[in-house]
Amino acid sequence: MSEDHGSAPADLLEVRGLTKIFGQLKACDSIDLLIARGEIHALLGENGAGKSTLVKMLFGSLEPNAGEIRWNGSPVRITSPSAARKLGIGMVFQHFSLFEALTAAENIALSLDAGTPIATIAAKSKALSYSYGLPLDPYSLVGDLSVGERQRIEIIRCLLQTPQLIILDEPTSVLTPQEADKLFETLERLRAEGKSILYISHRLEEVKRMCDRATVLRHGKVVGHCDPRQETAASLARMMVGNDVHAVTRPPVDGLAEAQALLQISNLNRKPATPFSIPLKNINLDVRAGEVIGIAGVAGNGQGEFFEAVSGEVLQDRASTIRIRGKDAGRLSISGRRLQGAAFVPEERLGHGAAPRMKLSENLLLSRHRTDRGAFVGGLGMIRTPAISAASQRIIAEMDVRKSAVDPEAAALSGGNLQKFIIGRELDRKPLVMVVNQPTWGVDAGAAARIRQALIELSRAGSAVLVISQDLDELFEVSDAIAVMHNGELSKPMPRAEATFEKIGLLMGGAEPGHVEHPQEVA
Amino acid sequence: MRVELVRRPQQSALFSALSPFIALGLTLIAGAIMFSLLGKNPGTALYYYFIDPLTGIWDPSNRWQLHELAIKAAPLILIAVGLSVCYLSNNWNIGAEGQFIAGAIAGSFIPVVFPGFQTWATLPLMLIFGMIGGAAYASIPAFLKVRFNTNEILTSLMLVYVAQLFNDWLVRGIWRNPQGMSFPGTIRFNEYAILPEIWPEAGRAHWGFVFALVAALAVWFMLSKTLRGFEVKVLGQSPRAGRFAGFSAKKMVFFVFLLSGALAGLAGISEVAGPIAHLNEKISIGYGFTAIIVAFLGRLNPLGIVAAGLILALTYLGGEAAQISLQLSDKSVRAFQGLLLFFVLACDTLIHYRIRFVGAPARGVPQAAAKPAGEAASHV
Repeated sequence: MSEDHGSAPADLLEVRGLTKIFGQLKACDSIDLLIARGEIHALLGENGAGKSTLVKMLFGSLEPNAGEIRWNGSPVRITSPSAARKLGIGMVFQHFSLFEALTAAENIALSLDAGTPIATIAAKSKALSYSYGLPLDPYSLVGDLSVGERQRIEIIRCLLQTPQLIILDEPTSVLTPQEADKLFETLERLRAEGKSILYISHRLEEVKRMCDRATVLRHGKVVGHCDPRQETAASLARMMVGNDVHAVTRPPVDGLAEAQALLQISNLNRKPATPFSIPLKNINLDVRAGEVIGIAGVAGNGQGEFFEAVSGEVLQDRASTIRIRGKDAGRLSISGRRLQGAAFVPEERLGHGAAPRMKLSENLLLSRHRTDRGAFVGGLGMIRTPAISAASQRIIAEMDVRKSAVDPEAAALSGGNLQKFIIGRELDRKPLVMVVNQPTWGVDAGAAARIRQALIELSRAGSAVLVISQDLDELFEVSDAIAVMHNGELSKPMPRAEATFEKIGLLMGGAEPGHVEHPQEVA
Repeated sequence: MRVELVRRPQQSALFSALSPFIALGLTLIAGAIMFSLLGKNPGTALYYYFIDPLTGIWDPSNRWQLHELAIKAAPLILIAVGLSVCYLSNNWNIGAEGQFIAGAIAGSFIPVVFPGFQTWATLPLMLIFGMIGGAAYASIPAFLKVRFNTNEILTSLMLVYVAQLFNDWLVRGIWRNPQGMSFPGTIRFNEYAILPEIWPEAGRAHWGFVFALVAALAVWFMLSKTLRGFEVKVLGQSPRAGRFAGFSAKKMVFFVFLLSGALAGLAGISEVAGPIAHLNEKISIGYGFTAIIVAFLGRLNPLGIVAAGLILALTYLGGEAAQISLQLSDKSVRAFQGLLLFFVLACDTLIHYRIRFVGAPARGVPQAAAKPAGEAASHV
């Protein structure tokens, strides 16, 4: 698969024994990696497997404790991102670093040498973007662009520096299936030009489809190199996780048509709170007892605003806009809605769903001090420490939360384990209405399966469950019907039996329901 | 070259515990240097500052000095305990000095305007008025913050000068003692309006010190054992998680400002009804500001604040002693207190961060966020 470029060695990048230690933890343990010219190389691994640490070392953001990096056959030390760029390594981050109030061209200018006129940069980026099939208007404000378009800015910014190796970190996690297809075309084009790509993902299907070779990491170690096209998704998953992941089962529900709607949202509107937040437009949705409704959508289409409105962190003007178990709840605070039997899990774990510097038992109190006042709070407002400790230990056991101390601070847990605790904290109440935003964002496969199964079981026990997620695989696994949020509007829920990736993807891209043609590219 | 503070992945528990003591030690060293530069023997100066006021511990004839220490420590502890709740909830009340004066004025209202009202209820009413006065004065920056999103650091600080000038105007104007030989100050309070000494045979320390200890215990209990204390800490550490918990940040602003204002007001009226026994233009020697140092030296823990209040009270007494014995300027007290605050904050910062010197300024994508946005605009 690698072609010879004159006398240059076939391998563009060679990594030997690269190790990074944080305190007690070996985040990367003696990693070996070979990237040939003109290949798309997948880096696979669960969250916390060491992928990010490895690429940060390749991009100069972190310094390795041991090991060697060879570039074009000669050893190099990559001390900073600018050193990496000088060598010819470019990176597109999962979380963009763009200023919303500046134009695309201005954002690109920030990463280039000072002194280049904006007009030159704009012209260059425009030409480059069209030649790679990623049309971009360099004078548009980043704040007005979709996430997919913002990613284009990052890619163009990276390509402008003519890198030989491009590192892409989970690039499709923010794209619709159609946008992802576009990206794949671009990547194949880059490969044809002889550029190498290091592609980080946990989506096995796309890795199988596109990548020439794969390196799989687990717990900071390389567990294997393989050709993903020779493997099945199941065999790749087994390499990543180390054992078989239990598939989520979704038993059918009977009598849903007559079931009571436990959560009713009617004509929910919300003005944007900041210039860059999304207004909610006339949202209607009923979630009945016994069903899971999924809300799909590309990030930043109003999901966060919707969650705040439903949870009661932001109140509605009319009490009847939100009804919980048939009672008006639009003017109730989040505590009032919880007392009606609702439970909420926000997207951000640290700083929203949990206070990072507080112990797990205290974080239990965070969402349950009103609903379980009798059990957790005594006379003089005194916290009953034994009661909250016992309850948090019960949740930890129930959800299999792995931790290093008896009652550690929330920030000390890995993302997946903290998420299991936060979900468990609400499930433990047996809520009649459960609203979850991104239930398994950044959670490893084993924990994600457990969380999804728990949500399905809750609904089958007679609760109404609303899941907001960017992960289509997840929504297809758990939902009985899927609605799509686009630009602050919510489509009608589509029954699971009718829904396909293609249909949902079109809605995510902004097509009208029932529309068949492809969405217009916004240039 | 650029100096950066880089967050440490983990903090040393040992140094966290030692930090106040390291800060004290560094203050002593810096103080010794300061005294030698002033041409004094640093050993003697430090002796007068930190040992001489404490000789009462073993020498009964100097026991009165310990009472003086308690008198100075009482307002510092009372105010700092209130401030600790403010700071833990991420509300920056810098105006305790003004609330102290407002409390003193409000409490003095009774004995000055109604000097004939002399019953057992006089003193309790004065104390209550003092607390209400301090709380009411603190409610101004709280209201401005909640309603108009103003910066409470600025508003509470500016209100200090308003209170000082208003007090000055009162004691030189309508409240001036007609028999006071035109010195600024009100009439002397009647005996029912005086806060009594705890142990009159031994020294002058009054009940204000007991109030301070009770307040410290009560606030410690609230912060560490109750849901209200949990609410204070959650809203201070992660406001969004606090909102998710259903706690109201706006109500919290009022709660902490009213509480700290009431405690500062109580300190003010205790000071006036105690050792001074009348209201004059210099009732405070900067207690409201020094209490900020006390709160941080006590690590925002009410029990730590009791110890820190005694230490800062010592610098006041030591400053007086050094002034008399060594003719050191009384400004040296302020310099000392400033050094102490500097070292306390520096030690705390270095526990959480380490210093990194960066050679050439790095350019690039991740660094772009650190650069001013104006740089891009200048290319247009």
